[in-house]
Amino acid sequence: MDLATILQVLDTTVRLATPLLFACLAGLFSERAGIVDIGLEGKMLAAAFLSAAIAAVTGSVWIGLSAGIVGALSMSAIHGLASITFRGNQLISGVAINFLAQGLTVVIAQSWFNQGGRTPALAGGARFHSITLPGAEALREVPVLGPIYYELISGHSILVYVALLCVPLSWWVLQRTRFGLRLRAVGENPAAVDTAGVSVERLRYAAVMICGVLTGFAGAYLATGLQAGFVRDMTAGRGYIALAALIFAKWRPWAALWATLLFGFLQALSLRPDVLEGVLRIDVSSQLLDALPYILTVVILAGFVGRAIPPRAGGEPYVKER
Amino acid sequence: MQKMPQWADVLLIPLVSLILAAFFSAVVILAIGENPWEALKIMVEGALGSTYGWGYTLYYATNFIFTGLAVAVANHAKMFNIGGEGQAVMGGLGVALVCLYIPFPHWTLALLAAAATAAVFGAAWAAIPALLQAKRGSHIVITTIMFNFIAASLLNYFLIGPLKADGMEPATARFPEAARLPTFQDMFSSPDNPLFRGAPANVAFFVAILACIAVWLLIWRSRLGYEIRSFGWSEPAARYAGISPVRIIMLTMLISGGLAGMMAINNVMGEAERLVLNSAEGAGFIGIAVALMGRSHPLGVFLAAVLFGFLYQGGAELSLWTGIPRDMVVVIQALVILFTGALDNMVRMPLERVFSTLRRAPKPDSKSTTARTAE
Amino acid sequence: MADAAPAIELKGISKSFGPVQANKDISFKVMPGTIHGIIGENGAGKSTLMSILYGFYKADAGEITIHGTPIDITDSQTAIRAGIGMVFQHFKLVPNFTVLENVVLGAEDSGLLRPSLARARRELKALAEEYELNVDPDAVVEDIGVGMQQRVEILKALYRQADILILDEPTGVLTPAEADHLFRILGNLKDQGKTVILITHKLREIMEATDAVSVMRRGEMIETVTTAGTNPTELAELMVGRTVLLQVDKTPATPGAPVLQVSDLKVEHDGVARVKGVSFEVRAGEILGIAGVAGNGQSELLEVLGGYRPATGRATVNGVDLPLSGRGADGRSRRDAGIAHVPEDRQSEGLVMEFAAWENVGFGYHHTDRYSRGTLMDHAALKADCAAKMERFDVRPPNPNLLAKNFSGGNQQKIVVAREMECDPDLLLVGQPTRGVDIGAIEFIHQQIVALRDAGKAVLLVSVELDEILSLSDRVAVMFDGRIMGERQASETNERELGLLMAGITDTDAPHSEAEIEANLARRSASAEKEA
Repeated sequence: MDLATILQVLDTTVRLATPLLFACLAGLFSERAGIVDIGLEGKMLAAAFLSAAIAAVTGSVWIGLSAGIVGALSMSAIHGLASITFRGNQLISGVAINFLAQGLTVVIAQSWFNQGGRTPALAGGARFHSITLPGAEALREVPVLGPIYYELISGHSILVYVALLCVPLSWWVLQRTRFGLRLRAVGENPAAVDTAGVSVERLRYAAVMICGVLTGFAGAYLATGLQAGFVRDMTAGRGYIALAALIFAKWRPWAALWATLLFGFLQALSLRPDVLEGVLRIDVSSQLLDALPYILTVVILAGFVGRAIPPRAGGEPYVKER
Repeated sequence: MQKMPQWADVLLIPLVSLILAAFFSAVVILAIGENPWEALKIMVEGALGSTYGWGYTLYYATNFIFTGLAVAVANHAKMFNIGGEGQAVMGGLGVALVCLYIPFPHWTLALLAAAATAAVFGAAWAAIPALLQAKRGSHIVITTIMFNFIAASLLNYFLIGPLKADGMEPATARFPEAARLPTFQDMFSSPDNPLFRGAPANVAFFVAILACIAVWLLIWRSRLGYEIRSFGWSEPAARYAGISPVRIIMLTMLISGGLAGMMAINNVMGEAERLVLNSAEGAGFIGIAVALMGRSHPLGVFLAAVLFGFLYQGGAELSLWTGIPRDMVVVIQALVILFTGALDNMVRMPLERVFSTLRRAPKPDSKSTTARTAE
Repeated sequence: MADAAPAIELKGISKSFGPVQANKDISFKVMPGTIHGIIGENGAGKSTLMSILYGFYKADAGEITIHGTPIDITDSQTAIRAGIGMVFQHFKLVPNFTVLENVVLGAEDSGLLRPSLARARRELKALAEEYELNVDPDAVVEDIGVGMQQRVEILKALYRQADILILDEPTGVLTPAEADHLFRILGNLKDQGKTVILITHKLREIMEATDAVSVMRRGEMIETVTTAGTNPTELAELMVGRTVLLQVDKTPATPGAPVLQVSDLKVEHDGVARVKGVSFEVRAGEILGIAGVAGNGQSELLEVLGGYRPATGRATVNGVDLPLSGRGADGRSRRDAGIAHVPEDRQSEGLVMEFAAWENVGFGYHHTDRYSRGTLMDHAALKADCAAKMERFDVRPPNPNLLAKNFSGGNQQKIVVAREMECDPDLLLVGQPTRGVDIGAIEFIHQQIVALRDAGKAVLLVSVELDEILSLSDRVAVMFDGRIMGERQASETNERELGLLMAGITDTDAPHSEAEIEANLARRSASAEKEA
C-alpha cells in the first residue's frame, strides 16, 4: 500500500471524525454537568436539516450554519425543560428528541421541497468548501511531508479546524475557568454547588445549550460540508457512536479527540473495502464493514478497554433533599 | 399520603399527555399547510370506518402489543430496552428460517414453531446487551441501539446473500402455503358478508392478547414478577432479599427480547409471508411510546397499541389523500414519548396541585367542626 | 452583652411540605458570641429550620432578623452574604475535587481560576493557624477522612466570611476524640466572637458544649433555656413531651451455646481491604454489640453475614458453614440457614419504598411456602400476615395497602423488625435499628430485641450510637479500620474506654494525649488512601 492510499484513508478519517468530535464534545459538556444526553443524534439531525434547508434557500452556508445551530438549540431547550426544569427521565427525553428530529425533518423537508424528504443539492456558496492552508501548494512537492501537509492537514473545510480548536478550548474552559469548575462540580455533586449559592439549574442549562451549539456544528458539517444536502436519517447513529467515544474518552476533551479519530478511521475503512482486503488478504463482507463501528462501540462499552467512571450525578435530576 | 387518587394517575395523566401530543401534532400539520381537522377525519375514516380499516389498525396494533409488552416488561426492572427493533428483525429471521426450511402439515404447528423460534431469536439478540449490562455494567440503552444497527446489517447480509430468492429484490422466497396464517377475512367472512377483505390482521392478534394476559400474570402475580419489580425499584433491596441482579437482568431481557421477536409471527409470517428488508418498520421504537403511555401495564399497552395502530393506518391514509407524509406518525410518536415519559412532571405537578387544593378546600370548615369531619 | 442585638432572631417561621408541617410558628433568639444548641428528636424540624435560615428552603411565613436587621433570605447566596455558614450533616463536597477547589467553589474572585486558588491557599493557611483547622489544601476530598472533610466544610464557611456558623448533627460520623477536637474548634470560634448554632439529638453534647439550648418537638419550638440552668433529664422530657427511660430494662444475659462463629473474615472492595480479618462469636441468648465510627468495616461485616457481599475466611451458624462467596452466598440461603437481618438502611435495602406494606412483609421470604404457591405469589396470605404483624407491632396507620414510603421512619422500621423477628431466626443481625426513628419506636424496638435475646436467640447488633450499644448489648466489640480492637463486657466498660478503642488505641488503661489519638486516626486514612 502506498503513501497516497494511506493519506487518502487518513484524510477521510479526519473528515468523518469531525462530526463525531463535535458531538462528542457536546456530550462532554452536557454529561460533565450531570445531564445524560442520548439525544445527540436528534440534535445533529435537526441541525443537518435546517442548515441544508436554509443554505439551499438563502444560498449562504453561514446563514445555514446559524439556522442549524438554532435548530439544535431548540432541541436542547426541550431536553433542558424535560430533564432540568421538570426533572424527567433524561434517557426518555433523549429518545423522544431523536424521534422528533427524525420525523419532523422528513415531514418538513417533504412539504417544503417535495423531494422525498431531501433538501435540494447544495452548491457554491451554500456549502462549506475545503480551504488550502498557506504554503500547501508550494510545499506539495516536498517528499513525504509535502503530501502529508497538502492532503491531510490542509484542504479541509473550515469546520474541521473549528472542531480541532474546540478540543483545547474545551479543556481550558473546563479546567481553568470558574465556569468550568462549577460545571464539573454540578455533575459530581449538585448539592455542593447549590449550597455554595450557585444555581444548579442555570449551570445545567448553560451546559445543555453549549451542547446544542456544538451539535449544531456537527449537523451543519454533515449536511453542508461532508455532503451536499440533507437526506433522511443522515446521522446514521453518529450521535450514539459519539456517546460511546465519550465513554471511551472517560469524559476528557483530549481523549475525545483520539476516540473520535479512531471511530472516524473505522468509518473511513468501511468506505474502502479494497484497502482492508489488500492488507488482510481476505474477502470482507460489506455488511460487516458497515456494522464495524457499531460493533466496536459495543466492545468499548463492554469495558474491554478499561473501566470508565462517569460523572457521579449523571442522569439524576437534582432535587433538594428533605 | 397519596397526592392524587389512583384513577387520576392511571387515566387522567395519560389523557392530558395525549391531548398535549395531539395539540402539538395539529400545530405541525398546520405549519405544513394542511388542515388538522380534515386530517383527523381522514384518519378516523380510513382506520376505523370499515372492517378493512380495522383490519389494518389491528394488524399494526398486534405489532405494537408485542413490542410494547417487550418495553414494558423491561421497564419493570428499570431496564430501558430500545433494542425492540433489532430483536423484532432477528425474530423475523427466525420465522423465515422455520417457515422456509421446515415443511409443516398445518398452520397451527407452523405458528407454534415460528412463535417459539421468533422468541428465541429475539431473546438471543437481547441476551448479549443484557449480559454486558449485568456483568460489565455497559449501558444497555446504547448497546441495544447498536444491536439494532448490527441486526439491520445482518438482515441485509442474509437477504442479499444466503436467503435471497431469485429476482432483483433483496427478499426471501415466499413461505409455503402450509405456513400461511388465517387472516380475519378467513376467520370472520362469509360469502354473503365479506369482512376485512384484503386486510392483514390475522390470528397473531389473538396470540398478542394471550401475551398480554401472560405478561400480566408474570408481572403482578408471579414470584419472578415480584422479584423483577423489587429489583426495578431498588437494586440494593433486591440484593438484600437474596434476589440475584444478574439473574433478574438476564431473565427480564430475555423475556423482553422474546416478546419483541414474537412480533415477527404477525408482520413476517402473517402479512408479508416472506422476509424483506426493514421488515420491522420501526415498530420496535413505537413499542417505547406504547409502553410509556400504557404505564407499563398490559391493559394499558393493549389500549395504547390500538391507538398507535389507528395512527399508523390513519397515517398511511393521510399520505394517500393529503400532503402529509407518513413520517408524521414518527412525530406523533415522539410527542407521545416526550409528554408521557420525559415531561411527565409537567403534566403531573399542576394536577397534583389541583387535587391537593380540592382536598384542602373543605378544611377551614372542618377545623371548627372537628367532631363531624367525614371524608 | 445583654444590650447587643441578637445575632439571629426568628419570628413566627412556618414551613410545610405538602400536607406535612415541618415548622409551626417558630420564634427564638440566638445571642452573638455564644454556642447555641438546638435539640429535638428525629423529625422535630431542626434541620428544616436551619435550611430556611440558610436559604435552602423558603419559609411559608415569618421573618428573620440578623444582627438587628430584618432580612429576606431568598437563596443561599443571600444567607452567605449575611454572614451565615452551614455545615450540613451530609457534607456538600465534590469528592474528586481538591480541598482548595472545594473551598473556592462558588466564591471565586473572577472568571479565571488561578488567582482565586492562590488567594484561597493563603487564607487557608491563616485560618488553619488561627483555629486549629489543619488540612492539606491539595488533598483530594474523597481520599481524606470524614473528620478532615468536616474541617473543609468549616473552612468553606469561614472563607466566605461567615460569622454565624450552623452545624447539623456534626458528631454523627466522628469518634469521641474527633468530636472533642471539633468542640475545641467551636470554642475558638466563639472566642473570636463568632456565633455557633449546634443542632444535635445528643444530650451529652448539649450539656458539654453550649451556652443556651432551644428544644424542638414535632415542628414546634418548646423552650429556650440556659444550659447551666438545666439538666439532661429535663431536656429529654422537653424533647419527647413525657418522662422517658434513658435506660433499657433488661436482666443479665444467660448465654448458651455459640450460634455464630466467625474466624479471620476479610472483605476487599475495589482493591481496598475493608475488613482485615475479624474473629468473634455470638452465643444463644446474648446480644453482641459492634461499636465503631461509621466506615470502619461494620457495614461490610453485616452485609457479608447477610449474604450480599463476598468475603474470605470462615463463618458458621450452629456449626454449619456459611458460603462467603459464589454459590450459596446470597440473602435467600442465609434466611434458609436461620439468619434474619434488619439492615442498616431500611429505605434502600430493608424495604421497597414503592411497594405496599403487604408486599414488603414477605420481602426476602417471598419464596417460602408461607407466601407463594408454586410460581405465583399468595397475595391473600401476604395481606393477612401483614395485618396481623401491624397489630402486634403497633404499626400506624395499620393499613396494609399503604405504600412503604408513606409511613414514618419509626413505622417503616417496625415493619422491617416485625418481618425479620417473626420468622423465628436463630440469629438476628441488626444494623442501626433506631436511626431516624422517634423515641417511642426506639423504646419499642429495643424491647423487642431484648425479648428475642431472652427467648434464647443470638443477636448481633451494629450501631454507631455508643449509648445504644452500651444500653442494649451484653458484650461489646469495637471495630476500627477493619479490625476488632477489643471486646468488653458491657457492664464493665464505659464511654471513655470504648472511645479510645474506636480511635484504634488498645492499651486503654494508659493515658493518651489528643495528638496521639489524632495521629492514629490520620494514619488510618493515609493507609486507606494508599490502598485505594
